[in-house]
Formats: sequence, C-alpha cells, structure tokens
Amino acid sequence: MSGASAPLPDHNAAAANRSVTDVAAAPILEVDNVTKSYCGEPPVPALRGVSLAIGPGELVGIVGPSGSGKTTLMQLMGTLDRPTSGQVRITGLDIATMADDDVAYLRATRIGFVFQQFFLAEHSTVLDNVADGLLYAGIPLKQRRQRALDTLDLVGLAKRPHVRPTQLSGGQRQRVAIARALVGQPAIVLADEPTGNLDQATGHSILALIDQLHRAGSTIVVITHDHAIAERLPRTVGILDGRIVTDTGPVADTGSLLRPLAVVEEAPPPAAQAATGAPVHQEQPCLPPPS
Amino acid sequence: MPAAAVLSRRRLPLSDVRRLSTVGLRTRKLRAGLSALGIAIGVAAIVAVLGLSASSQAGLLNEINQLGTNLLTVSNGQNVTGGTAELPTTAPAMIGRINGVQQVQTTGTVNGANAYRNPYIPPVNTNALTVQAASLDLLSVVATSVAQGQYLNGAIAQEPVAVLGAAAAQRLGIDRVYPGERIWVGRQWLYVAGILRPAVLVSAIDSSVLVGYPAAEKYLGFDGHPSTIYVRAQNDRITVVDNLLGATANPENPSGVSVSQPSDALVAQAEAKSALNGLFLGLGAVALLVGAVGVANIMIISVLERRSEIGLRRALGATKGHIRSQFLSEAVFLGLLGGVVGVALGVASTSVYAHTKGWATVLPPEACLGGFTASLIIGAVAGLMPALRAARMSPTQALWSV
Repeated sequence: MSGASAPLPDHNAAAANRSVTDVAAAPILEVDNVTKSYCGEPPVPALRGVSLAIGPGELVGIVGPSGSGKTTLMQLMGTLDRPTSGQVRITGLDIATMADDDVAYLRATRIGFVFQQFFLAEHSTVLDNVADGLLYAGIPLKQRRQRALDTLDLVGLAKRPHVRPTQLSGGQRQRVAIARALVGQPAIVLADEPTGNLDQATGHSILALIDQLHRAGSTIVVITHDHAIAERLPRTVGILDGRIVTDTGPVADTGSLLRPLAVVEEAPPPAAQAATGAPVHQEQPCLPPPS
Repeated sequence: MPAAAVLSRRRLPLSDVRRLSTVGLRTRKLRAGLSALGIAIGVAAIVAVLGLSASSQAGLLNEINQLGTNLLTVSNGQNVTGGTAELPTTAPAMIGRINGVQQVQTTGTVNGANAYRNPYIPPVNTNALTVQAASLDLLSVVATSVAQGQYLNGAIAQEPVAVLGAAAAQRLGIDRVYPGERIWVGRQWLYVAGILRPAVLVSAIDSSVLVGYPAAEKYLGFDGHPSTIYVRAQNDRITVVDNLLGATANPENPSGVSVSQPSDALVAQAEAKSALNGLFLGLGAVALLVGAVGVANIMIISVLERRSEIGLRRALGATKGHIRSQFLSEAVFLGLLGGVVGVALGVASTSVYAHTKGWATVLPPEACLGGFTASLIIGAVAGLMPALRAARMSPTQALWSV
C-alpha cells in the first residue's frame, strides 16, 4: 500500500498504512464551523462555531475548564453525536451525509476512544477487552485476539493477557483501554481525560505512552482540563465557552498558527515523519480498513 | 457516495452474537439464574402435568390390560312394558355352550333385601348396598380376590353366610373378619365370611353383599333368576361372542338383554382428560407469565446498569442493531436456559413420580418441544422492550452520565 515507506518496525508499518487518506497530508479530522445546542428552554449552546483541522500524525491537546464545551467537541469529533450546524469530516467523509449505521462502522474502523473511566469489562480478560475493539469491524475472533496480543505488546502489557482488569492497577487498566483504542489501527484516537483517574506519576507514564504512540505515527487528540498536561503536547487548542480561543497550530506548520482553519498542507513534522515514513497514498479518499 | 465504500459488513457472525448473549449471565450469575428459574418453574409445571397425566393414563391402561379386556357382562334389561326383563335361569348354561366362551359366572339381585350392621339401624339407611346371590367362581372372572377371610364355597353357600365387597365392608363399618361376626340382612342374621378387594372392572361387586344361591333362596326369598352374567371369552372371539350373547341369554326376548364390555368404559374413562389437568396447565402458564415478567424486569434493570457498556460498544462501532440483537439474544438465552432446566425438572419429576407409582414414564414429545418453544418465545417477547430501549440510548448519554 505505501510502497515508498521507509523500513519500519512492525507497528509503525501499520501506522503508515493507517494514515492513508492524506493526499498531500489531507486532514484526518475536520470540524467546520460547528455549533451544538442542547434541548432546553432556552436551548443551551455548548459549541458556538468551532473550526479545527487535525492532520495525520498530530498529537493535539484540547484544553478548557469544565463547561467549556470540550467534551461536546470530543463527542462530535468522535461521531457519537451530530452537530446542530456545521460539518464534521473524518478522513474526508462528511458525517452529515451518512446514515447512523455507516457512521457506526466509521467509528469501528477509523476512530479509537480512550475514556477517563477506562470502561473495561471486568468479567473478561485483558486480551478479550482489547480484542473487543475489533468486534464491530467484522474481524474473526482468532484474528482479533492475535491483533490484541500485538497491541498489548505495544502498550507494555503483553505478559499478562489473561488476567482480569480488576487485577490490574489504574495505570495498567488505562494501558489496556489505550490498546483497545489502538487495536483497530484507527485514523485517529480521541482520549477524554486519559489521566483523570490516575495519580500524577501514573498519569505521566500514560502521557509518555501517548507520546510514544504519537512518535510511532498515531494521530491522537487528548481532551483535558489540565493546562500542565496540554502544554506538554506539541499542539494545544484552548476552548472556552464553546469557542476556540487559542491554537498553537500544527507543529511543523508555523504559518498555520494564525489560520487554525486551514487545511494542513504539508506532511507531518519531521520528527513524526522520521517515525512514520513519508506516507504515500492513493487518490481515493476512503479506503477499506486495513486487514 | 464514499460512505458506501466504507461499508463492508454490519451483521455480527453468529458466534459473536452467542458470546455477547452470555455477557450478562457471566457477570451476574445469581441474578440471571433466578430470572431463568421463573421460566424453568413454569415449563417444569407444564411438562410435569402433561407427563404425569400421560404416565398415569398409560399405567391405568396397563392395569386394565392385565385385568383382561375379554370380560363381557350380560344383564337384564327392560321389557316392552318397562318392567325388568328377567334373565331365564337357563341362560348361564346356554351361554357356556357358545364357542369361545371360557367362563360364565352369575350374580342375581335379591329384591327387597337390604343389608344393615344390626337390626337397630333405620331401614332407610341402606348405604346403597345391594344383596346379590353369587356363583362360586365369580372372583376370577371379575378379576378380584379375597382381602380377608374366605369366599363362598359349595358348603357355605348353603348357609346364612355373606361375603362383603370392598365398598360394602367399608360402608357397614367392618374392617376385619372375626368368628361370629354377623350382619342383618332382610330380617335375618348372616355371618360374615370374608371381605373382597376392590374389583376395578366391575365396580358393582364392590357395593354388594354376596350370598350363595341356595342360601339366598332359602333365607332371603330369592327367585333364582340371575340378573348379571359375567362371561370371559377367548380374545379372538370376543366380537362373535358379544353378538351371540343377547339371543343366547334370552331367546324369547333378545332385546331385553343388555350386553357390555366393562373394559371399554374404563379405557374411555382413562383416556378422558382430567379436568384438573386444565387447572394445573393454567397454573403452569401463570408461572411462565410471571417468569416472563421476571426476565423482562431483569433485562430492563440490566440495560440501565450497563449504560456504560452500551455507550462503549457504540463508541467501538456497534450499530443500534448490534445493541438490540445483543440484548434480545441475551433475553432469548435466559429464556432458553429456563426452558432447558424446566424441561429437565419436568422430566425428572415425572419419572420419579411414575416410578414410585410403578407406571412407565410416558412423556408426550409435544410437552418437551412446547416447553422449549414457549421459553424461547417468552425470552424474545420479554427481551424485546429492554432491547429496544438499549438500542435507543444515545451513546453520549450512556457514556457521560454515569
């Protein structure tokens, strides 16, 4: 698929396969002038016209106090909800034109989620928890488990695939959740307060893992209320009262700082590129999931 | 449209649906077990009722077969004026000459004689007993035997001696035979020689006080006409004998004779459905209904409790249909579990009860199949509403309002 890729470690090859849609680094996720109001008297506006583009290989922190609309933004970016107005495009696909079931399949194959509360199934093993990340992508059980094992290796938990999540520490559980988000090799991973339930040291180790995955080529968005965390990320988007107030812009593209809406036109920053290799892609904006 | 290219498959393979359907069961074993128990009890009740009635019927038919279905009875009917058409005293001998007849025994009702415990009982308290003159080999023909004492023989048939049918002894308050025991029959003391076991084929014997023919004539003013003739015929000639009996017993007036085959009536009776079966089946159906409500209840609670799981699955890419089929299949699985346990319980209780009664265990296949099917349908119906609820739940609400 990506014939021009530099030689890569295993999981990086997968990462390179994943970022397939960026003909000239087209954004993986675009949010275009999106508003969202919740029903009520009067309707409660949560987002008041947000535009954001995230290119392949980026690691973005979305930071804002509670009630700022960052969770709503994540829900819209994750296609878990539809905007009141505006467009959301994932790998070039406009959510508004897609049926619910198609959007669900899009989630199954192109978006990974990490939650503050982990949401692991306590009755099943770590391996099966991770394998469930592929359940709705239509992959047979045996293959799901094999890929789950590979992904557990990526997060440093390959030694204990058959324990239950209850036997793990909080940090380990979050690693399992991250593995579950990554197992389908999604185009983008959305992490909602991934360190929110963890102590500081563990939180740092999770951030280090996220950074490591980012270097390996994953596109990751971290939603947090903690400026200290957000500032450690290459790109930080500040949100307040349903509007984007700051955006440090894509790291490699300094010019985009003042144009946060602009489509990222260049390949990922050199650091990321070194890790992922220069992605080479077909015209086709939409590809079947890697198998 | 690019979205079309995204879609490759939507339905989960059956193996995954099966795995998902047991998630609730694996996480909450006791609760799932209890809700399945409701259905199990209902199914068990229905299977057991059907199984027990079939087994008892089979047992009864078997008993009737052992008693012999070749017994024919000839009794005096009515003549044209409505009076009793007496059988000629020659009838037993004539019948005995029909080809295929093995045994002929008779009883004759002693008109005007009633049996009492003693002379002080008011004459109206007859206890619905009849006094019958009986021939000496009656017992083997009507398939009963002596419970206590002895039956009439050539010697005591001449004497004022009686043998009591099972019901007659009970109604007279006599439970054992001792020397000198006597009853008051038609202004005459009769000594009690024995008590009979119940005669299943001929219940008329049970409520009779039996006296020898000579004694009945000597002491009770009996006219000597037999009123009922019991005939055992060869099995392969029953129909032929049956057709000849009327004319043979009373050639002058064949229509004044009624011939019957007692086992026929018993078989018909055994095959008739007991009214209680309906009641118990109704109770079983109520238990099933309650079980269904239990499953629906559990599923609704489960949907509420597993909001985060539902939200997570939606985030992992489950469609509404996937969520719906997961919860529906879980309810069906619970129902089926109840059905399997219920059928097993029903079969076990039927066979235990049938065994203690000495019957063969007979289980109508439709009872077991019906039990499975009913539990399946009940699971599906009970799970439908909770499954729809789960599918309707929005992923954002499910994930962010825990």
